[in-house]
Amino acid sequence: MRLNILAIVLTLAGLSAAAPSLSFEIEHQESFTSSSLEPEMLRIISTADIELFAPLITGFQASNPKVTVDYHEVSSTELMRALQDEKAPYDIAVSSAMDLQTKLANDGLALAHSSIATTLLPGWGKWHDYVFAFTQEPATIVISTKDFGDLPLPKTRQDLISILRDHPDRFRGRVGTYDVRSSGLGYLFATQDARTSETFWRLAEVMGNLDIQLYCCSGAMIDDVSSGKISVAYNVLGSYAMARRDAQDTIHIIAPQDFTTVMMRTVLIPTTSQQPAIASKFVDHLIQAAWDENFSTADYPFPAINRDPAASDTSLRPIRMGPGLLVYLDKLKKRRFINEWENAILQP
Amino acid sequence: MRFLLVEDNIQLAKAICSHLLLDGHVVDHADRLSTTADFLATTAYDMILLDIMLPDGDGREFLNRYRASAGEIPVIVLTARSEVSDRVGVLDLGADDYITKPFDFSELEARCRAVLRRHSGGATNIKSFGEVEFDGLSGTITHHRTTTNLRNKELRLLEIFFNVPGQICSKSKLVDRLFSYDEDVSENAIEVYVARLRKHLEGSNVQIITVRGLGYRLSLV
Amino acid sequence: MNGMLKGTGSIRWRLITQLLSGAAILTIILILIVRSFSQQLAEQSQDNILNASLTAILDASSIQQGELTVDIPYSAFSMLSNLSNDRVFYRIDQDGAFLTGYADLPKPKLRATTDTPAFMTSTYQDIEIRMVTATRLLALEGRPIELQASIAQSRNGQAKTLAEISNMVMLFGSGFFVISAIIALLAAQSTVGPLKRLAASVSRRGPHDLRPVTASVPEEMAPLVQSLNQFIQRLDTSLTRSEDFIAEAAHRVRTPLATVRAQAEITLRRVDKDENRATLKEMIRAIDDSSRAAGQLLDHAMVTFRTDHLERSKIDLGALARETVDRLQAVAALKDIVFSYAEIDPTQIFGDAILIQNALQNLLDNAIKYSPMESDISVELTVETPWVTLSICDQGLGFPKTGAESLTERFARGNNVAGIVGSGLGLTIVDEVIQAHGGNLIISNNPNGVGACVSISLPLS
Repeated sequence: MRLNILAIVLTLAGLSAAAPSLSFEIEHQESFTSSSLEPEMLRIISTADIELFAPLITGFQASNPKVTVDYHEVSSTELMRALQDEKAPYDIAVSSAMDLQTKLANDGLALAHSSIATTLLPGWGKWHDYVFAFTQEPATIVISTKDFGDLPLPKTRQDLISILRDHPDRFRGRVGTYDVRSSGLGYLFATQDARTSETFWRLAEVMGNLDIQLYCCSGAMIDDVSSGKISVAYNVLGSYAMARRDAQDTIHIIAPQDFTTVMMRTVLIPTTSQQPAIASKFVDHLIQAAWDENFSTADYPFPAINRDPAASDTSLRPIRMGPGLLVYLDKLKKRRFINEWENAILQP
Repeated sequence: MRFLLVEDNIQLAKAICSHLLLDGHVVDHADRLSTTADFLATTAYDMILLDIMLPDGDGREFLNRYRASAGEIPVIVLTARSEVSDRVGVLDLGADDYITKPFDFSELEARCRAVLRRHSGGATNIKSFGEVEFDGLSGTITHHRTTTNLRNKELRLLEIFFNVPGQICSKSKLVDRLFSYDEDVSENAIEVYVARLRKHLEGSNVQIITVRGLGYRLSLV
Repeated sequence: MNGMLKGTGSIRWRLITQLLSGAAILTIILILIVRSFSQQLAEQSQDNILNASLTAILDASSIQQGELTVDIPYSAFSMLSNLSNDRVFYRIDQDGAFLTGYADLPKPKLRATTDTPAFMTSTYQDIEIRMVTATRLLALEGRPIELQASIAQSRNGQAKTLAEISNMVMLFGSGFFVISAIIALLAAQSTVGPLKRLAASVSRRGPHDLRPVTASVPEEMAPLVQSLNQFIQRLDTSLTRSEDFIAEAAHRVRTPLATVRAQAEITLRRVDKDENRATLKEMIRAIDDSSRAAGQLLDHAMVTFRTDHLERSKIDLGALARETVDRLQAVAALKDIVFSYAEIDPTQIFGDAILIQNALQNLLDNAIKYSPMESDISVELTVETPWVTLSICDQGLGFPKTGAESLTERFARGNNVAGIVGSGLGLTIVDEVIQAHGGNLIISNNPNGVGACVSISLPLS
């Protein structure tokens, strides 16, 4: 009896230690414990898929064996809540929502960091000494191989629009994309698409006519395309899709040739960090993993970074870091965009 | 000897003229350069004694012009200027010698003799008495075809005698003439030189006679 | 005159210092002006961009569906991105009420109107920002509403630009200063040049060169050269006058003495009485005394004058000695004194010919004076590098055993020459001359027995 109570108390204590009593939602949590008797704690809050990100952590622990890493996977909006509203004490913040990271830095919620490693970054690879990019991930169209067996694969958005228009019944309820109201990355991709070309709105309308399914994350979209639940997923993270070995036979990953929006996943050190020194080391590790040519690719799970993307493929549209990203975060502007998006996608 | 004395100081000129006359020379006196030219034009001189500071010009300039116009008479310059350069300068201008005022007459005499000796070359100035010929210029005494050179004081002593042959010359006068006022010599010093002269005159019909209490005299044997 | 003149500093250094300080001041002023101007320009360009961004935002405001909406163009913010990644803040107010943006962004102090935007530098989130605010009037439901928008940017980019400008300006300023310094040095050098040249040409002159300075000099130095020439002229006149005075004095003293002496000599020839003769002899001795004294005083004055500005030319000592001996033959012959003259190869010395001749004459004169009749005086020239020695030995009284050294003092006479006319300046004059020529005068008694020897040693050229 006493043991049970002790166990419960310990579990509760453990739970409370593991999950600080805050009001944002943690999707996954994992601890990468070190073998040291006096471990140093590194707390990471991140939107990256844990399994995908893991090699970067273990790689870091190989050269820093005393560090125990606590990894909390969250959505981008929850990450903003945690850092902006709750001021939660995290040491590292990783997010695919470049605009939200920029806002955190602009609002003075990030620590400045510079080192020899940061000199590896080109000018467009960081914002000030606050936000550092360490991936290049395109927004792709993921298509079911089975459902498109007889159809030609769309190369551009226009192709997709044509196909969807031509075969409405085939695709009704079988298209999917991000719900931009809840997904920071989804909002980023959508606003960048809208900025680049009006084809986006036409595609949105067409998809809206077809009873579109809305998702929170790329992972779920890939699952559903792979399992056959939907045929087409728009603005899926190409890196996730390519990492899904199990789904390779069932899906096509298409980078649209009219333009492919490329997102850079970024890392910053929140001002609430309790371990800024170790955080700095971790940031350097990520930078080196991505940008240092001498770094072994085995420990870097993302597609290789191209230092000169425009030279190799003119259809690539890397999202530039800068104050421009703050525009679509403006209250009024956001409200307008969401209204329009709802009108197009939801068609009430 | 015929002298031309060019000197503007009358007293000095008178004294020099007297000296020269006493010694048996002839002298003309010019007190300015203009008269000098006149004298030179009309008379042949054996020696010119030329002063530098003259009322109507610089003696050196006159000398320069005289030599330039081929004047050949020997010139001794009488100068009071102290600069050695001035003294040497006159030699460059054509003077044969110079003497500084005030001067000892015996020095002037000696210099004249030297200049004339150089100048005349082989010319002589012979005085004779008896068989003896005395050349004041070359300083020799000749008799019976023997010529003897006389030393300075002997020469001067003999010259005095030959100037006034037969006359008595007192010891004191001879001392005055022969020795400088510096030298404190007794009258008996003359004896030595007279004895030497007597030796030179041996064998001739000329002798020096001692006149007791009065002096000496040159006479024929 | 080798004393150091009291100086008031160097013209060259003064010029250099003044030019350099002038250049330094100008450089500093230049740097400050350019910096301030560039700063203004940089600020202005930031302000212009901010203004453009603000205008774009205000232009994107409209009334839609009964409501004020501002569709901020992407470009309004992206135009504010720069290499320094400055942070961007904004706020939009409607009729004074916060609408969107950063609610705690400060409001401008000055009132902004539609036509004139208000610029302000302030602090926000602990960093310095530059902010511009403007207003727009719109009509909503028939009544006007005022829209006020502010956009601000941190100033890191500015700071960096300013630092770059500062560095560039400092660099140019330093370069300018270095060039100025070089020019200053060259200018000072060339200005001082003529002065140095004049000084050099004047100092190259010999001691008796009193010609006026005719070198061509710059205008400013003309008065100096003129004064110098006037001074030279006065000096020349003064010297000539002194020389003339000496000559004149000689003449004036000696001519009457000559007259008196000549007349005394004549009179002596005419008088018979012993006592009269003795008196006249005394007179003549006295006259000789004064004339010799006058002569030597004048000589001494001349020697002193000439040794002060010693001329140096090549002299053949042997030839000079022979000349002097020849000159005094006549006088020596009066006392039947014979000169023996021994000389070897020509011996060259550097010196003043007139002074040396004067010295030789004095020594030979002395020798003749103190020698008895019919004695010998030997003149010998020996060379023992680097010296040449001329020795004059007579067979006279010799020097007193005691007090021989003091004979070179003025008016000193030996205690054994009382009867002989002499002023005592002879050896003094010789000593001065020889010393001035870097030589030595040694007086001793003749080692060959009777008499004295005087040796002068002079350095060979």
